[in-house]
Amino acid sequence: MQTSWIPFVPESASTVSGRVDALYFYLSGVTVFFTLLISGVLIFFVIKYRRRTPYEIPRPIAGSHKLETLWSVIPFIIAMSMFAWGAQIYFQNSRPPKNANEIYVVGKQWMWKIQHSTGQREINELHVPVGRKIKLIMTSEDTIHDFFIPAFRIKADVLPGRYTTEWFEATKPGTYHLFCAEYCGMNHSGMIGSVIVMQPTEFDSWLSGNANQQSPAVAGQQLFQSLGCVSCHGANGEGGRGPALAGLFGRRVFLTNNQTLTVDEAYIRESIENPQAKIVSGFGPIMPTFQGQVTPEQLIQIISFIKSLQVTSPQSSGATPAAPEPVQKTQTAAPTTATPAAK
Amino acid sequence: MKAFETFETPTAARVNYINAEYGLKSWLLTRDHKRIALLYLGSISFFFFIGGLYAMFIRLELLTPQGDLLSSTTYNKVFTQHGIIMIFFFLIPSIPATLGNFLVPLMIGAKDLAFPRINLLSWYIYLLGGIITIYALLAGGVDTGWTFYAPYSTTFSNSYVIAAGLGIFVSGFSSILTGLNFIVTIHTMRAPGMTWFRLPLFIWAHYATSLVMILGTPVVAITILLLAFERVAHVGIFDPAAGGDPILFQHLFWFYSHPAVYIMVLPSMGVVSELIANFSRKNIFGYKFVAFSSLAIAVFGFLVWGHHLFVAGQSVYAGMIFSFLSFAVAIPSAIKVFNWTATLYKGSISYDTPMLYALGFIGLFTVGGMTGLFLAALAVDVHVSDTYFVVAHFHYIMVGGALFGYLGGLHYWWPKISGRMYPEGWGRFSALVIFVGFNLTFLPQFVAGYLGMPRRYHAYPPEFQVFNVLSSAGASILGVGLLIPFIYLLWSMRYGKRAEPNPWHLPGLEWRTASPPPTENFLVTPVVTWEAYEFAPPEEMQVIGKFKEETEKA
Amino acid sequence: MNPGANLGAQASCLQLGEANKGEIVNLAESHIATGDTASHPALQHHFENMEQQREAGALGMWVFLVTEIMFFGGMFLAYTLYRTKYPQAFASASNHLSWQLGALNTGVLILSSFTMALAVYSAQTGKRRNQVVCLGLTIILGLTFLVVKAIEYHDKYVDHLIPGRLFPGNPFNPAKVHLLPGASSNNVEMFYWIYFAMTGMHAVHMIIGVGVLSVITYFAARGRYGPEYHNPVEISGLYWHFVDIIWIFLFPLLYLLGRHFEHGG
Repeated sequence: MQTSWIPFVPESASTVSGRVDALYFYLSGVTVFFTLLISGVLIFFVIKYRRRTPYEIPRPIAGSHKLETLWSVIPFIIAMSMFAWGAQIYFQNSRPPKNANEIYVVGKQWMWKIQHSTGQREINELHVPVGRKIKLIMTSEDTIHDFFIPAFRIKADVLPGRYTTEWFEATKPGTYHLFCAEYCGMNHSGMIGSVIVMQPTEFDSWLSGNANQQSPAVAGQQLFQSLGCVSCHGANGEGGRGPALAGLFGRRVFLTNNQTLTVDEAYIRESIENPQAKIVSGFGPIMPTFQGQVTPEQLIQIISFIKSLQVTSPQSSGATPAAPEPVQKTQTAAPTTATPAAK
Repeated sequence: MKAFETFETPTAARVNYINAEYGLKSWLLTRDHKRIALLYLGSISFFFFIGGLYAMFIRLELLTPQGDLLSSTTYNKVFTQHGIIMIFFFLIPSIPATLGNFLVPLMIGAKDLAFPRINLLSWYIYLLGGIITIYALLAGGVDTGWTFYAPYSTTFSNSYVIAAGLGIFVSGFSSILTGLNFIVTIHTMRAPGMTWFRLPLFIWAHYATSLVMILGTPVVAITILLLAFERVAHVGIFDPAAGGDPILFQHLFWFYSHPAVYIMVLPSMGVVSELIANFSRKNIFGYKFVAFSSLAIAVFGFLVWGHHLFVAGQSVYAGMIFSFLSFAVAIPSAIKVFNWTATLYKGSISYDTPMLYALGFIGLFTVGGMTGLFLAALAVDVHVSDTYFVVAHFHYIMVGGALFGYLGGLHYWWPKISGRMYPEGWGRFSALVIFVGFNLTFLPQFVAGYLGMPRRYHAYPPEFQVFNVLSSAGASILGVGLLIPFIYLLWSMRYGKRAEPNPWHLPGLEWRTASPPPTENFLVTPVVTWEAYEFAPPEEMQVIGKFKEETEKA
Repeated sequence: MNPGANLGAQASCLQLGEANKGEIVNLAESHIATGDTASHPALQHHFENMEQQREAGALGMWVFLVTEIMFFGGMFLAYTLYRTKYPQAFASASNHLSWQLGALNTGVLILSSFTMALAVYSAQTGKRRNQVVCLGLTIILGLTFLVVKAIEYHDKYVDHLIPGRLFPGNPFNPAKVHLLPGASSNNVEMFYWIYFAMTGMHAVHMIIGVGVLSVITYFAARGRYGPEYHNPVEISGLYWHFVDIIWIFLFPLLYLLGRHFEHGG
């Protein structure tokens, strides 16, 4: 939908912005119509039935069930049309497409730290190509923020201790506002930046011009080794005393408490920070917690590494058999807990 | 004009609730609902003035895109305190605690509220809450936004969150006690013959409001208390660092704070129902629909809090349910607006100041309500939430709705409250100024909001300046407009024309006693034999017709 | 004045509509006939008669209890949410509470409700001595509850289980708690935070209740309450029962749920 000629509408630069605008125009139209209708009738009555003599008393009118029904049902139908339309767009946009490029966003007082899956880092700037689906995976280091790009008509809160996502496909090159839309303290209004949409070729050269940085997955792999994860999960996530991680992301797993869940960012994070909470069936509660040892950003890198692990990755199996250091800190509880939830 | 039956004797008019006793003690220890209403009137006017000063600083700061007048820390405190004062210390008590307190017993023919001592206690609790909050403001202020979102408020803010929270916690009990008093009074204290469906709609609205007060306020009280403790003890259920969930705070907070909007606007709707019916000398169109729509709003109002969390990480399905319910809650409001409009049909409409406010209310509330639909529509809300669109929307409801109703009601009942008439010309003039100023302030903010200007911004990109300049210009007009009634109402208390018992010639019970009423309201217990807004019982129409002919001849 | 009709009257004043409407009109008419109650010294000036005053008082207390339910409701919600989220931590922490003391307190409160009900009955039937004795017993049982609660709190203090930094010299340390697998100490701390918030708030209500009952006992001893006027006894009774009922919910939720985890199921 071409809307650039209409005043008071921000630039429309994503695949969804036109659809949101269309609904907005519908809502505005209905609002203007009813406001004019009611004020028109109001003014008409007020003039027509003004008090002409101080003693006149009009005849009482009891009311009308027909009219009441009419003006309950019609607004209800109109309201439902708005609901359905709004919910439809929202629902369709709630699921990021599978093939989207992932970009990691960490909010902190008062800046946006952004890292592309190829490793480029940016602060308060986000470079994206036209016509590619981009998925943002966001978390916060401190308080709640909100990643808001008006030109794309998208916004989502960025929460500490959680991962939220939003996605878009830019349609028009240009530079657009990026705002923090959840009040986050002193310099909230300074937590702004710009989204720079480029032609794919330009974007690729921009990427290569900044290519000397490590991708989050590679950084995550290094953390995976330095934190000793390899000793139980294998150098390439093939598993051992801990569950195999390769190909794990997005799969459903069975837990020792007879529940199942789908592995997502939140579960991986929880398993790193509070490993005993949800243990995959068949494994003992032997993993120590890493709470406080990894920053939110490093968590994202590890998650990104785990996501990048494929089952079929035929790595040289020379996984250095680093002396399997016994991780027994919490095993005291193991005997009683083999079947903790058995009824 | 039909001479309505009255429940007073001419000699009694000289002793009224104001001159019955003298001295500070007779006011501070009074149990008369009318005197307590005046105590409230004084204190909420004080808080309104403070809140208004903060608003002035906000609008001055936003004149230019750079943050030049105030530092960002100060600005954050100013908008936070504007919100806290205006919402918790002005809007929530505004109509219920002043007009409601004064009129609920009068309108149902009772001598007082059911629990006069609790009524006085509620004023002291309110005052205590206010003093604690003022202490927080003077000691250094609070900068969390009136919403107190965790974990900013629990962990990151370096301001007087605990004191401000405590002030709100305490003042919450005042509103619980007021609501409790109203519910019991309306149930048990109605005069003989005052059946449920003869109650003025003002009473229905207050009944619905009281339900929200007693059901919602305790939840925000405990939430704020937990938040304050969390800050003191550094442990908690809202801070993610301690395994808590900040979204839980938002759910608990909005479970009250969304219905709180109805605490502000429902009484105002009650006032407008009175004004529209009485100033067009008509019974209200569809009485039962208007009455029950108040209850419907109160009940549905508790089911829509989740629409504040559409972008907060709530599940998609929860979002859709809350969106649906939010659209549903719009219907009872629409019913009211249509019924008010229909009431005017073939009425005898006068243009007195209260009526101007009522008409203004309908227009502004329509805009406020309809823009609420933008925020209920999920996809649009994603774009406009936390922008100036939201700011404009809720000011249309809270100022265009609640404040207009409050001012209209204050003018309407001023003769009864003070025994004096306000100057009509000034009244109409200021109503007009307020209407113009208000629209100029907040209409541009809808546009700025859709263009993407986020709220709570101390400095903003220059392309939004034009809207902010318009808004600040409007705010200065609005400010002047609000000062005028403040001055002439004070003036009229001494110099205004003495009011008759029934200056507007209306059938309501409150007009059938002296102005100002005696301490016990009615000298004989009234017996109600007429319907609400019954200007002319059909059998008397003939007589009135003759009366009319005679007056025309004369 | 029929004391037996109290419950019925309380229930009927909660209903809207015709029945109530009729009642009000009748009251006003009966106002002259029943001049005896209209001139009772305890009748406040703004009520028409004792019946209206009694009804207002009872309804007022019911409405107040509704707000209390909402007040505790917020904490019950938080409890439910985190119990589901961190079952092992909550079970571990809960297992460390002394269910024996909790059960003792439950018994004490149920007994106190019984004596409270007797006190109301004695007031309605005008048995002044019984009234004072029953009220006294209720107060003693209430104080017993508070003492037991204080012992429990002290045990928690000794075990370093006071959450957060309330006592700077005594930081939270769950060493004494037998942690089930999957229970993080952070979440155990949260359990204790919720435990202290809920039982603390309940204890505050108990203290208020004991205070109110002391005043009532004083007036009862002076013979203020009888068949015609026993409002205050009745509505403090309502309050007392309510506070008991809150505990009846708190006890299983905080002390008992999750016991089976400890014993391996």
